[in-house]
Amino acid sequence: MEIEETALPGIGLRHDFQTRGGRRLGVVSHHHGRRDLVIYDAEDSDATRECVPLTAEESDALSELLGAPHIVEKLTDISKAFAGLVGEQIAIQPDSPYAGRPLGDTQARTRTGASIVAVVRDQIVHASPRPDFRFEVGDIVVVVGTPDNTASVAALLRTG
Amino acid sequence: MHSTPTTFLELGGVLFSLGILGHLAMRGGISPIPLYLLGGLAFGHGGLLPLGASEEFIEVGAEIGVVLLLLTLGLEYTAEELLHGLRRNAPAGVLDLVLNATPGVVAAFLLGWGPVAAVVLGGVTGISSSGIIAKVLGDLGRLGNRETPVVLSVLVLEDLAMAVYLPILTALLAHQTFGRGSVTVAVALGLLVAVLFVALRHSDKVTRLVFNPKADRNDEILLLRVLGLALLVAGIAQRMQVSAAVGAFLVGIALSGPVAEGAQEVLSPLRDLFAAVFFVFFGMQTDPAKIPSALLAGSLLAIAGVVTKVITGWWAARRAGIGTMGRFRAGAALVARGEFSIVIAGLAVAAGIEPKLGPLAACYVLLMAIIGPLAARFVEPVTRAGRRRLAARRPPSAAPG
Repeated sequence: MEIEETALPGIGLRHDFQTRGGRRLGVVSHHHGRRDLVIYDAEDSDATRECVPLTAEESDALSELLGAPHIVEKLTDISKAFAGLVGEQIAIQPDSPYAGRPLGDTQARTRTGASIVAVVRDQIVHASPRPDFRFEVGDIVVVVGTPDNTASVAALLRTG
Repeated sequence: MHSTPTTFLELGGVLFSLGILGHLAMRGGISPIPLYLLGGLAFGHGGLLPLGASEEFIEVGAEIGVVLLLLTLGLEYTAEELLHGLRRNAPAGVLDLVLNATPGVVAAFLLGWGPVAAVVLGGVTGISSSGIIAKVLGDLGRLGNRETPVVLSVLVLEDLAMAVYLPILTALLAHQTFGRGSVTVAVALGLLVAVLFVALRHSDKVTRLVFNPKADRNDEILLLRVLGLALLVAGIAQRMQVSAAVGAFLVGIALSGPVAEGAQEVLSPLRDLFAAVFFVFFGMQTDPAKIPSALLAGSLLAIAGVVTKVITGWWAARRAGIGTMGRFRAGAALVARGEFSIVIAGLAVAAGIEPKLGPLAACYVLLMAIIGPLAARFVEPVTRAGRRRLAARRPPSAAPG
Protein backbone atom coordinates (compact mmCIF):
# COMPACT_ATOMS: atom_id res chain seq x y z
CA MET A 1 0.00 0.00 0.00
CA GLU A 2 1.43 3.34 -1.01
CA ILE A 3 0.46 6.45 0.92
CA GLU A 4 0.90 9.67 -1.02
CA GLU A 5 1.76 12.84 0.87
CA THR A 6 0.99 16.26 -0.62
CA ALA A 7 1.64 19.64 0.96
CA LEU A 8 -1.28 22.08 0.95
CA PRO A 9 0.36 25.49 1.43
CA GLY A 10 -1.46 27.55 4.01
CA ILE A 11 -3.70 24.67 5.01
CA GLY A 12 -1.65 21.63 5.97
CA LEU A 13 -0.99 18.18 4.55
CA ARG A 14 -2.95 15.64 2.59
CA HIS A 15 -2.34 11.90 2.75
CA ASP A 16 -4.18 9.55 0.46
CA PHE A 17 -4.05 5.97 -0.72
CA GLN A 18 -5.95 3.45 -2.81
CA THR A 19 -7.74 0.56 -1.13
CA ARG A 20 -7.51 -2.96 -2.51
CA GLY A 21 -11.11 -2.54 -3.65
CA GLY A 22 -10.03 0.36 -5.86
CA ARG A 23 -11.45 3.27 -3.82
CA ARG A 24 -9.30 6.23 -2.85
CA LEU A 25 -9.27 7.50 0.73
CA GLY A 26 -7.46 10.45 2.20
CA VAL A 27 -6.96 12.61 5.25
CA VAL A 28 -6.39 16.37 5.15
CA SER A 29 -4.48 17.47 8.26
CA HIS A 30 -5.00 21.15 9.00
CA HIS A 31 -2.32 23.17 10.78
CA HIS A 32 -4.66 23.81 13.70
CA GLY A 33 -5.36 20.13 14.43
CA ARG A 34 -8.58 19.69 12.46
CA ARG A 35 -8.70 16.60 10.24
CA ASP A 36 -10.87 16.05 7.18
CA LEU A 37 -11.61 12.47 6.26
CA VAL A 38 -12.10 12.42 2.50
CA ILE A 39 -13.48 9.70 0.26
CA TYR A 40 -12.79 10.16 -3.43
CA ASP A 41 -15.36 9.83 -6.17
CA ALA A 42 -15.27 6.44 -7.87
CA GLU A 43 -15.66 7.98 -11.34
CA ASP A 44 -13.70 11.23 -11.09
CA SER A 45 -10.68 10.23 -9.02
CA ASP A 46 -9.56 13.88 -8.68
CA ALA A 47 -12.70 14.86 -6.78
CA THR A 48 -13.79 14.10 -3.24
CA ARG A 49 -17.26 12.71 -2.90
CA GLU A 50 -17.43 13.00 0.88
CA CYS A 51 -15.46 15.25 3.17
CA VAL A 52 -16.05 14.80 6.89
CA PRO A 53 -14.39 17.40 9.14
CA LEU A 54 -13.23 15.90 12.46
CA THR A 55 -12.03 17.64 15.62
CA ALA A 56 -8.79 16.39 17.22
CA GLU A 57 -10.84 14.39 19.70
CA GLU A 58 -13.06 12.82 17.03
CA SER A 59 -10.13 11.81 14.86
CA ASP A 60 -8.50 10.17 17.90
CA ALA A 61 -11.69 8.27 18.55
CA LEU A 62 -11.95 7.22 14.91
CA SER A 63 -8.36 6.02 14.74
CA GLU A 64 -8.94 4.02 17.90
CA LEU A 65 -12.07 2.46 16.44
CA LEU A 66 -10.05 1.54 13.39
CA GLY A 67 -7.69 -0.38 15.65
CA ALA A 68 -4.64 1.73 16.38
CA PRO A 69 -3.81 1.36 20.06
CA HIS A 70 -5.22 -2.06 20.92
CA ILE A 71 -2.30 -2.42 23.27
CA VAL A 72 -3.58 0.43 25.40
CA GLU A 73 -6.90 -1.29 25.74
CA LYS A 74 -5.16 -4.30 27.25
CA LEU A 75 -3.21 -2.11 29.61
CA THR A 76 -6.29 -0.37 30.87
CA ASP A 77 -7.92 -3.71 31.60
CA ILE A 78 -5.81 -3.67 34.73
CA SER A 79 -8.32 -1.31 36.22
CA LYS A 80 -10.93 -4.04 36.26
CA ALA A 81 -8.70 -6.17 38.50
CA PHE A 82 -8.48 -3.60 41.29
CA ALA A 83 -11.68 -2.13 42.60
CA GLY A 84 -11.69 1.67 42.79
CA LEU A 85 -8.78 2.11 40.42
CA VAL A 86 -9.20 3.26 36.84
CA GLY A 87 -6.86 3.44 33.90
CA GLU A 88 -7.13 6.53 31.74
CA GLN A 89 -5.61 7.26 28.36
CA ILE A 90 -4.75 10.87 27.81
CA ALA A 91 -3.44 12.18 24.51
CA ILE A 92 -0.82 14.94 24.47
CA GLN A 93 -2.52 17.65 22.44
CA PRO A 94 -0.55 20.13 20.31
CA ASP A 95 -1.42 22.91 22.76
CA SER A 96 -0.42 20.91 25.84
CA PRO A 97 2.15 22.81 27.91
CA TYR A 98 4.07 19.55 28.38
CA ALA A 99 4.51 18.71 24.69
CA GLY A 100 8.27 18.50 24.23
CA ARG A 101 8.95 18.59 27.99
CA PRO A 102 10.10 15.75 30.25
CA LEU A 103 7.66 13.73 32.31
CA GLY A 104 9.39 14.83 35.52
CA ASP A 105 8.21 18.42 34.90
CA THR A 106 4.59 17.40 35.38
CA GLN A 107 5.19 16.18 38.97
CA ALA A 108 2.03 14.23 38.32
CA ARG A 109 2.30 11.82 41.25
CA THR A 110 2.98 14.46 43.88
CA ARG A 111 0.39 16.86 42.48
CA THR A 112 -2.43 14.40 41.77
CA GLY A 113 -1.70 11.05 43.43
CA ALA A 114 -2.12 9.10 40.18
CA SER A 115 0.74 7.30 38.41
CA ILE A 116 1.79 7.45 34.80
CA VAL A 117 2.38 3.77 34.06
CA ALA A 118 3.06 3.86 30.33
CA VAL A 119 3.27 6.07 27.27
CA VAL A 120 2.22 4.82 23.86
CA ARG A 121 3.95 6.44 20.92
CA ASP A 122 3.47 5.24 17.33
CA GLN A 123 1.85 2.07 18.66
CA ILE A 124 4.93 1.24 20.75
CA VAL A 125 4.40 0.99 24.48
CA HIS A 126 7.01 2.62 26.68
CA ALA A 127 6.22 0.99 30.03
CA SER A 128 7.21 2.69 33.31
CA PRO A 129 8.63 5.82 31.65
CA ARG A 130 11.41 7.55 33.61
CA PRO A 131 11.19 11.20 34.72
CA ASP A 132 13.46 12.24 31.83
CA PHE A 133 11.04 10.75 29.24
CA ARG A 134 10.12 13.60 26.88
CA PHE A 135 6.47 13.91 25.81
CA GLU A 136 5.63 14.52 22.17
CA VAL A 137 2.39 15.67 20.59
CA GLY A 138 0.25 12.62 19.91
CA ASP A 139 1.65 10.52 22.77
CA ILE A 140 -1.00 8.54 24.65
CA VAL A 141 -0.29 8.68 28.36
CA VAL A 142 -1.70 5.81 30.42
CA VAL A 143 -2.51 6.84 33.97
CA VAL A 144 -3.70 4.64 36.84
CA GLY A 145 -5.36 5.98 39.96
CA THR A 146 -8.74 6.83 41.44
CA PRO A 147 -11.19 8.48 39.00
CA ASP A 148 -10.61 11.89 40.62
CA ASN A 149 -6.84 11.55 40.50
CA THR A 150 -6.71 10.49 36.87
CA ALA A 151 -9.04 13.34 35.94
CA SER A 152 -6.63 15.79 37.55
CA VAL A 153 -3.77 14.32 35.51
CA ALA A 154 -5.83 14.83 32.36
CA ALA A 155 -6.41 18.46 33.32
CA LEU A 156 -2.74 18.86 34.20
CA LEU A 157 -1.56 17.56 30.84
CA ARG A 158 -4.07 19.70 29.00
CA THR A 159 -3.56 23.04 30.68
CA GLY A 160 -0.64 22.73 33.09
CA MET B 1 -16.63 69.27 17.65
CA HIS B 2 -17.94 65.71 17.36
CA SER B 3 -19.46 64.23 20.44
CA THR B 4 -18.69 60.73 21.65
CA PRO B 5 -22.32 59.55 21.59
CA THR B 6 -22.66 60.46 17.89
CA THR B 7 -19.46 58.60 17.06
CA PHE B 8 -20.64 55.55 18.98
CA LEU B 9 -24.05 55.64 17.34
CA GLU B 10 -22.57 55.88 13.85
CA LEU B 11 -19.90 53.28 14.44
CA GLY B 12 -22.31 50.92 16.12
CA GLY B 13 -24.78 51.39 13.29
CA VAL B 14 -22.09 50.67 10.68
CA LEU B 15 -20.77 47.54 12.42
CA PHE B 16 -24.25 46.23 13.18
CA SER B 17 -25.38 46.64 9.59
CA LEU B 18 -22.18 44.93 8.43
CA GLY B 19 -23.09 42.06 10.72
CA ILE B 20 -26.50 41.80 9.06
CA LEU B 21 -24.94 42.02 5.58
CA GLY B 22 -22.41 39.32 6.52
CA HIS B 23 -25.24 37.11 7.71
CA LEU B 24 -27.13 37.61 4.44
CA ALA B 25 -23.96 36.80 2.46
CA MET B 26 -23.47 33.61 4.45
CA ARG B 27 -27.07 32.60 3.86
CA GLY B 28 -26.68 33.19 0.14
CA GLY B 29 -23.37 31.33 0.06
CA ILE B 30 -21.42 34.31 -1.29
CA SER B 31 -18.49 36.32 0.04
CA PRO B 32 -19.45 39.23 2.33
CA ILE B 33 -16.92 41.55 0.63
CA PRO B 34 -19.29 42.84 -2.12
CA LEU B 35 -21.98 43.56 0.47
CA TYR B 36 -19.49 45.46 2.66
CA LEU B 37 -18.57 47.54 -0.38
CA LEU B 38 -22.23 48.27 -1.04
CA GLY B 39 -22.60 49.20 2.63
CA GLY B 40 -19.69 51.60 2.20
CA LEU B 41 -21.36 53.16 -0.84
CA ALA B 42 -24.47 53.80 1.27
CA PHE B 43 -22.49 55.36 4.14
CA GLY B 44 -20.26 57.57 1.98
CA HIS B 45 -20.72 61.03 0.51
CA GLY B 46 -23.64 61.00 -1.87
CA GLY B 47 -24.92 57.75 -0.35
CA LEU B 48 -28.15 56.99 1.46
CA LEU B 49 -26.86 57.52 5.00
CA PRO B 50 -23.69 59.63 4.88
CA LEU B 51 -21.60 59.44 8.03
CA GLY B 52 -20.01 62.42 9.73
CA ALA B 53 -18.52 61.93 13.16
CA SER B 54 -16.92 58.52 12.76
CA GLU B 55 -15.26 59.09 9.40
CA GLU B 56 -11.84 59.81 10.90
CA PHE B 57 -11.91 56.66 12.97
CA ILE B 58 -13.00 54.63 9.96
CA GLU B 59 -10.15 56.06 7.93
CA VAL B 60 -7.52 55.01 10.50
CA GLY B 61 -9.32 51.69 10.96
CA ALA B 62 -9.15 51.11 7.21
CA GLU B 63 -5.38 51.60 7.21
CA ILE B 64 -5.02 49.15 10.09
CA GLY B 65 -7.22 46.81 8.04
CA VAL B 66 -4.73 46.93 5.15
CA VAL B 67 -1.83 46.25 7.53
CA LEU B 68 -3.67 43.27 9.04
CA LEU B 69 -4.74 41.89 5.64
CA LEU B 70 -1.15 41.88 4.41
CA LEU B 71 0.31 40.71 7.71
CA THR B 72 -1.97 37.65 7.67
CA LEU B 73 -1.26 37.12 3.95
CA GLY B 74 2.45 37.01 4.82
CA LEU B 75 1.78 34.65 7.73
CA GLU B 76 -0.24 32.30 5.54
CA TYR B 77 2.73 30.75 3.80
CA THR B 78 6.21 30.04 5.13
CA ALA B 79 9.31 31.19 3.28
CA GLU B 80 10.00 27.53 2.39
CA GLU B 81 6.54 27.18 0.86
CA LEU B 82 7.10 30.32 -1.18
CA LEU B 83 10.45 29.16 -2.56
CA HIS B 84 9.21 25.62 -3.10
CA GLY B 85 6.23 26.97 -5.03
CA LEU B 86 8.52 29.14 -7.11
CA ARG B 87 10.76 26.20 -7.99
CA ARG B 88 7.95 23.78 -8.86
CA ASN B 89 5.27 25.95 -10.41
CA ALA B 90 6.97 29.02 -11.79
CA PRO B 91 5.52 28.54 -15.33
CA ALA B 92 1.95 28.48 -13.95
CA GLY B 93 2.70 31.61 -11.94
CA VAL B 94 4.07 33.46 -14.95
CA LEU B 95 1.10 32.47 -17.10
CA ASP B 96 -1.26 33.52 -14.29
CA LEU B 97 0.28 36.98 -14.04
CA VAL B 98 0.66 37.66 -17.74
CA LEU B 99 -2.79 36.39 -18.66
CA ASN B 100 -4.67 38.04 -15.81
CA ALA B 101 -2.89 41.37 -15.66
CA THR B 102 -3.37 41.90 -19.41
CA PRO B 103 -7.10 42.81 -19.36
CA GLY B 104 -6.48 45.48 -16.72
CA VAL B 105 -3.44 46.92 -18.50
CA VAL B 106 -5.26 46.98 -21.85
CA ALA B 107 -8.34 48.58 -20.30
CA ALA B 108 -6.27 51.35 -18.68
CA PHE B 109 -4.63 52.21 -22.00
CA LEU B 110 -7.93 52.04 -23.91
CA LEU B 111 -9.47 54.42 -21.38
CA GLY B 112 -6.46 56.70 -21.80
CA TRP B 113 -5.40 56.62 -18.15
CA GLY B 114 -1.66 56.24 -18.75
CA PRO B 115 1.02 53.76 -17.69
CA VAL B 116 0.79 54.14 -13.88
CA ALA B 117 -2.94 53.44 -13.91
CA ALA B 118 -2.20 50.48 -16.19
CA VAL B 119 0.12 49.00 -13.55
CA VAL B 120 -2.61 49.52 -10.93
CA LEU B 121 -5.42 48.02 -12.98
CA GLY B 122 -3.22 45.10 -14.03
CA GLY B 123 -2.74 44.31 -10.36
CA VAL B 124 -6.46 44.66 -9.65
CA THR B 125 -7.44 42.16 -12.36
CA GLY B 126 -4.40 39.92 -11.80
CA ILE B 127 -4.56 38.86 -8.19
CA SER B 128 -7.08 36.33 -6.91
CA SER B 129 -8.58 36.51 -3.45
CA SER B 130 -6.86 33.83 -1.39
CA GLY B 131 -9.33 34.53 1.44
CA ILE B 132 -12.46 33.86 -0.64
CA ILE B 133 -10.89 30.90 -2.43
CA ALA B 134 -9.68 29.10 0.70
CA LYS B 135 -13.13 29.61 2.25
CA VAL B 136 -14.99 28.37 -0.83
CA LEU B 137 -12.78 25.28 -1.22
CA GLY B 138 -13.33 24.46 2.44
CA ASP B 139 -17.10 25.04 2.24
CA LEU B 140 -17.44 22.87 -0.86
CA GLY B 141 -15.36 20.12 0.77
CA ARG B 142 -12.76 20.30 -1.97
CA LEU B 143 -9.63 20.56 0.19
CA GLY B 144 -8.92 16.89 -0.48
CA ASN B 145 -9.39 17.22 -4.24
CA ARG B 146 -6.35 16.47 -6.31
CA GLU B 147 -6.49 19.77 -8.18
CA THR B 148 -6.53 21.76 -4.92
CA PRO B 149 -2.71 21.79 -4.45
CA VAL B 150 -2.51 23.30 -7.96
CA VAL B 151 -4.94 26.07 -7.01
CA LEU B 152 -3.07 26.73 -3.77
CA SER B 153 0.30 26.83 -5.51
CA VAL B 154 -1.01 29.50 -7.90
CA LEU B 155 -2.11 31.49 -4.85
CA VAL B 156 1.32 31.04 -3.25
CA LEU B 157 2.97 32.43 -6.37
CA GLU B 158 0.58 35.37 -6.46
CA ASP B 159 1.56 35.99 -2.87
CA LEU B 160 5.21 36.12 -3.90
CA ALA B 161 4.35 38.30 -6.88
CA MET B 162 2.59 40.73 -4.52
CA ALA B 163 5.83 41.04 -2.55
CA VAL B 164 7.57 42.28 -5.71
CA TYR B 165 4.62 44.18 -7.14
CA LEU B 166 3.58 46.24 -4.11
CA PRO B 167 6.92 48.04 -3.65
CA ILE B 168 7.04 48.82 -7.37
CA LEU B 169 3.47 50.07 -7.30
CA THR B 170 3.91 52.28 -4.25
CA ALA B 171 7.10 53.75 -5.67
CA LEU B 172 5.33 54.53 -8.94
CA LEU B 173 2.39 56.06 -7.12
CA ALA B 174 4.65 58.23 -5.00
CA HIS B 175 6.83 59.46 -7.85
CA GLN B 176 4.45 59.08 -10.80
CA THR B 177 7.33 58.11 -13.11
CA PHE B 178 9.34 54.94 -13.61
CA GLY B 179 12.70 56.73 -13.45
CA ARG B 180 12.48 58.53 -10.12
CA GLY B 181 10.76 55.61 -8.42
CA SER B 182 13.60 53.22 -9.17
CA VAL B 183 15.56 54.02 -5.99
CA THR B 184 12.55 53.27 -3.80
CA VAL B 185 11.93 50.10 -5.76
CA ALA B 186 15.55 49.04 -5.31
CA VAL B 187 15.31 49.67 -1.55
CA ALA B 188 12.08 47.71 -1.26
CA LEU B 189 13.26 44.76 -3.35
CA GLY B 190 16.54 44.68 -1.42
CA LEU B 191 14.51 44.54 1.79
CA LEU B 192 12.40 41.73 0.36
CA VAL B 193 15.43 39.62 -0.50
CA ALA B 194 16.93 40.34 2.93
CA VAL B 195 13.70 39.36 4.67
CA LEU B 196 13.36 36.15 2.66
CA PHE B 197 16.98 35.29 3.49
CA VAL B 198 16.47 36.02 7.18
CA ALA B 199 13.18 34.12 7.19
CA LEU B 200 14.85 31.06 5.66
CA ARG B 201 18.02 31.05 7.71
CA HIS B 202 17.30 32.84 10.96
CA SER B 203 13.55 32.79 11.37
CA ASP B 204 13.99 31.41 14.89
CA LYS B 205 15.73 34.64 15.93
CA VAL B 206 13.05 36.92 14.47
CA THR B 207 10.47 34.68 15.97
CA ARG B 208 12.02 35.07 19.40
CA LEU B 209 11.29 38.79 19.21
CA VAL B 210 7.61 38.12 19.58
CA PHE B 211 7.55 34.74 21.23
CA ASN B 212 9.52 32.91 23.88
CA PRO B 213 9.49 29.26 22.85
CA LYS B 214 10.19 28.09 26.38
CA ALA B 215 7.34 29.98 28.02
CA ASP B 216 3.74 28.82 27.88
CA ARG B 217 1.81 30.35 25.04
CA ASN B 218 -0.06 33.45 26.03
CA ASP B 219 -2.46 34.78 23.42
CA GLU B 220 -2.62 38.27 24.88
CA ILE B 221 1.13 38.81 24.82
CA LEU B 222 1.44 37.21 21.39
CA LEU B 223 -1.28 39.47 19.96
CA LEU B 224 0.22 42.65 21.39
CA ARG B 225 3.74 41.81 20.26
CA VAL B 226 2.87 40.69 16.72
CA LEU B 227 0.49 43.58 16.11
CA GLY B 228 2.92 46.05 17.64
CA LEU B 229 5.81 44.76 15.55
CA ALA B 230 3.72 44.85 12.36
CA LEU B 231 2.55 48.43 13.00
CA LEU B 232 6.09 49.56 13.86
CA VAL B 233 7.55 48.08 10.68
CA ALA B 234 4.58 49.39 8.67
CA GLY B 235 5.23 52.87 10.07
CA ILE B 236 8.94 52.70 9.24
CA ALA B 237 8.15 51.43 5.74
CA GLN B 238 5.69 54.28 5.22
CA ARG B 239 8.33 56.80 6.33
CA MET B 240 10.71 55.32 3.75
CA GLN B 241 7.89 55.67 1.18
CA VAL B 242 7.75 51.90 0.72
CA SER B 243 4.12 51.70 1.92
CA ALA B 244 2.86 50.32 5.20
CA ALA B 245 1.30 47.36 3.41
CA VAL B 246 4.68 46.10 2.19
CA GLY B 247 6.20 46.42 5.67
CA ALA B 248 3.40 44.43 7.29
CA PHE B 249 3.62 41.80 4.57
CA LEU B 250 7.37 41.34 5.14
CA VAL B 251 6.81 40.94 8.91
CA GLY B 252 4.30 38.20 8.11
CA ILE B 253 6.79 36.35 5.92
CA ALA B 254 9.61 36.68 8.46
CA LEU B 255 7.59 35.08 11.26
CA SER B 256 7.29 31.34 11.02
CA GLY B 257 6.58 28.11 12.85
CA PRO B 258 4.22 27.87 15.82
CA VAL B 259 4.28 31.65 16.30
CA ALA B 260 2.95 32.18 12.80
CA GLU B 261 0.13 29.73 13.39
CA GLY B 262 -0.65 31.17 16.81
CA ALA B 263 -0.48 34.71 15.47
CA GLN B 264 -2.85 33.86 12.63
CA GLU B 265 -5.31 32.50 15.13
CA VAL B 266 -5.24 35.47 17.51
CA LEU B 267 -5.18 38.04 14.69
CA SER B 268 -8.02 36.66 12.63
CA PRO B 269 -10.94 38.26 14.57
CA LEU B 270 -9.12 41.60 14.54
CA ARG B 271 -8.40 41.23 10.85
CA ASP B 272 -12.03 40.44 10.09
CA LEU B 273 -13.14 43.57 11.94
CA PHE B 274 -10.64 45.98 10.43
CA ALA B 275 -10.78 44.46 6.95
CA ALA B 276 -14.56 45.01 6.99
CA VAL B 277 -13.91 48.62 8.03
CA PHE B 278 -11.45 48.89 5.14
CA PHE B 279 -14.00 47.63 2.59
CA VAL B 280 -16.56 50.08 3.95
CA PHE B 281 -14.05 52.91 3.77
CA PHE B 282 -13.24 52.06 0.16
CA GLY B 283 -16.95 52.06 -0.62
CA MET B 284 -17.39 55.37 1.21
CA GLN B 285 -14.69 57.00 -0.91
CA THR B 286 -16.46 55.88 -4.05
CA ASP B 287 -19.20 58.15 -5.32
CA PRO B 288 -22.27 55.96 -5.99
CA ALA B 289 -23.26 58.28 -8.85
CA LYS B 290 -20.12 57.20 -10.75
CA ILE B 291 -20.85 53.46 -10.49
CA PRO B 292 -23.32 53.22 -13.41
CA SER B 293 -20.85 54.75 -15.87
CA ALA B 294 -18.18 52.27 -14.70
CA LEU B 295 -20.55 49.33 -15.04
CA LEU B 296 -19.90 48.63 -18.73
CA ALA B 297 -16.09 48.63 -18.47
CA GLY B 298 -16.38 46.71 -15.19
CA SER B 299 -18.55 44.01 -16.72
CA LEU B 300 -16.27 43.61 -19.73
CA LEU B 301 -13.28 43.32 -17.40
CA ALA B 302 -15.20 40.79 -15.31
CA ILE B 303 -15.91 38.60 -18.34
CA ALA B 304 -12.26 38.78 -19.37
CA GLY B 305 -11.25 38.07 -15.78
CA VAL B 306 -13.34 34.90 -15.61
CA VAL B 307 -11.95 33.62 -18.91
CA THR B 308 -8.30 34.33 -18.11
CA LYS B 309 -8.45 32.70 -14.66
CA VAL B 310 -10.23 29.62 -15.98
CA ILE B 311 -7.52 29.26 -18.65
CA THR B 312 -4.81 29.67 -16.00
CA GLY B 313 -6.32 27.05 -13.70
CA TRP B 314 -7.09 24.70 -16.58
CA TRP B 315 -3.53 24.88 -17.87
CA ALA B 316 -1.88 24.58 -14.45
CA ALA B 317 -4.05 21.57 -13.57
CA ARG B 318 -3.34 19.90 -16.91
CA ARG B 319 0.35 20.34 -16.22
CA ALA B 320 -0.15 18.46 -12.96
CA GLY B 321 -1.90 15.59 -14.76
CA ILE B 322 -5.44 16.37 -13.55
CA GLY B 323 -8.48 15.18 -15.56
CA THR B 324 -10.79 17.45 -17.57
CA MET B 325 -13.33 18.03 -14.81
CA GLY B 326 -10.61 18.83 -12.29
CA ARG B 327 -9.01 21.30 -14.72
CA PHE B 328 -12.23 23.27 -14.98
CA ARG B 329 -12.74 23.08 -11.21
CA ALA B 330 -9.24 24.53 -10.70
CA GLY B 331 -9.96 27.31 -13.19
CA ALA B 332 -13.29 28.24 -11.66
CA ALA B 333 -11.85 28.17 -8.14
CA LEU B 334 -9.33 30.86 -9.08
CA VAL B 335 -11.93 33.31 -10.45
CA ALA B 336 -12.70 35.17 -7.21
CA ARG B 337 -11.05 38.57 -6.74
CA GLY B 338 -11.49 40.48 -3.53
CA GLU B 339 -9.48 41.98 -0.72
CA PHE B 340 -6.15 42.41 -2.52
CA SER B 341 -7.68 43.99 -5.62
CA ILE B 342 -9.26 46.52 -3.27
CA VAL B 343 -5.98 47.03 -1.41
CA ILE B 344 -4.23 47.83 -4.70
CA ALA B 345 -7.02 50.11 -5.89
CA GLY B 346 -7.10 51.73 -2.43
CA LEU B 347 -3.41 52.64 -2.68
CA ALA B 348 -4.06 54.21 -6.08
CA VAL B 349 -7.11 56.12 -4.87
CA ALA B 350 -5.15 57.44 -1.87
CA ALA B 351 -2.43 58.64 -4.25
CA GLY B 352 -5.15 60.31 -6.33
CA ILE B 353 -4.00 59.18 -9.76
CA GLU B 354 -7.26 58.73 -11.69
CA PRO B 355 -10.68 59.61 -10.26
CA LYS B 356 -12.54 57.02 -12.34
CA LEU B 357 -10.29 54.17 -11.19
CA GLY B 358 -11.96 53.78 -7.78
CA PRO B 359 -15.50 53.25 -9.12
CA LEU B 360 -14.23 50.86 -11.81
CA ALA B 361 -12.27 48.78 -9.28
CA ALA B 362 -15.25 48.76 -6.89
CA CYS B 363 -17.52 47.63 -9.69
CA TYR B 364 -15.05 44.93 -10.80
CA VAL B 365 -14.57 43.49 -7.31
CA LEU B 366 -18.33 43.65 -6.65
CA LEU B 367 -18.86 41.42 -9.68
CA MET B 368 -15.87 39.12 -9.21
CA ALA B 369 -16.40 38.48 -5.51
CA ILE B 370 -19.95 37.36 -6.34
CA ILE B 371 -19.14 35.46 -9.54
CA GLY B 372 -16.09 33.69 -8.05
CA PRO B 373 -17.82 31.50 -5.43
CA LEU B 374 -20.76 30.89 -7.81
CA ALA B 375 -18.37 29.79 -10.57
CA ALA B 376 -16.64 27.37 -8.19
CA ARG B 377 -20.01 25.99 -7.11
CA PHE B 378 -21.58 25.53 -10.53
CA VAL B 379 -18.54 24.59 -12.61
CA GLU B 380 -19.28 20.86 -12.38
CA PRO B 381 -22.83 20.81 -13.80
CA VAL B 382 -21.88 23.40 -16.44
CA THR B 383 -18.84 21.43 -17.56
CA ARG B 384 -20.82 18.19 -17.57
CA ALA B 385 -23.54 19.76 -19.71
CA GLY B 386 -20.94 21.22 -22.05
CA ARG B 387 -19.22 17.86 -22.45
CA ARG B 388 -22.52 16.12 -23.12
CA ARG B 389 -23.36 18.59 -25.83
CA LEU B 390 -19.90 18.18 -27.31
CA ALA B 391 -20.16 14.40 -27.20
CA ALA B 392 -23.60 14.49 -28.87
CA ARG B 393 -22.22 16.54 -31.74
CA ARG B 394 -19.28 14.23 -32.35
CA PRO B 395 -19.39 10.56 -33.27
CA PRO B 396 -19.28 8.44 -30.10
CA SER B 397 -15.77 7.10 -30.83
CA ALA B 398 -14.27 10.58 -30.44
CA ALA B 399 -15.49 11.19 -26.90
CA PRO B 400 -13.35 13.82 -25.16
CA GLY B 401 -10.81 12.43 -22.68
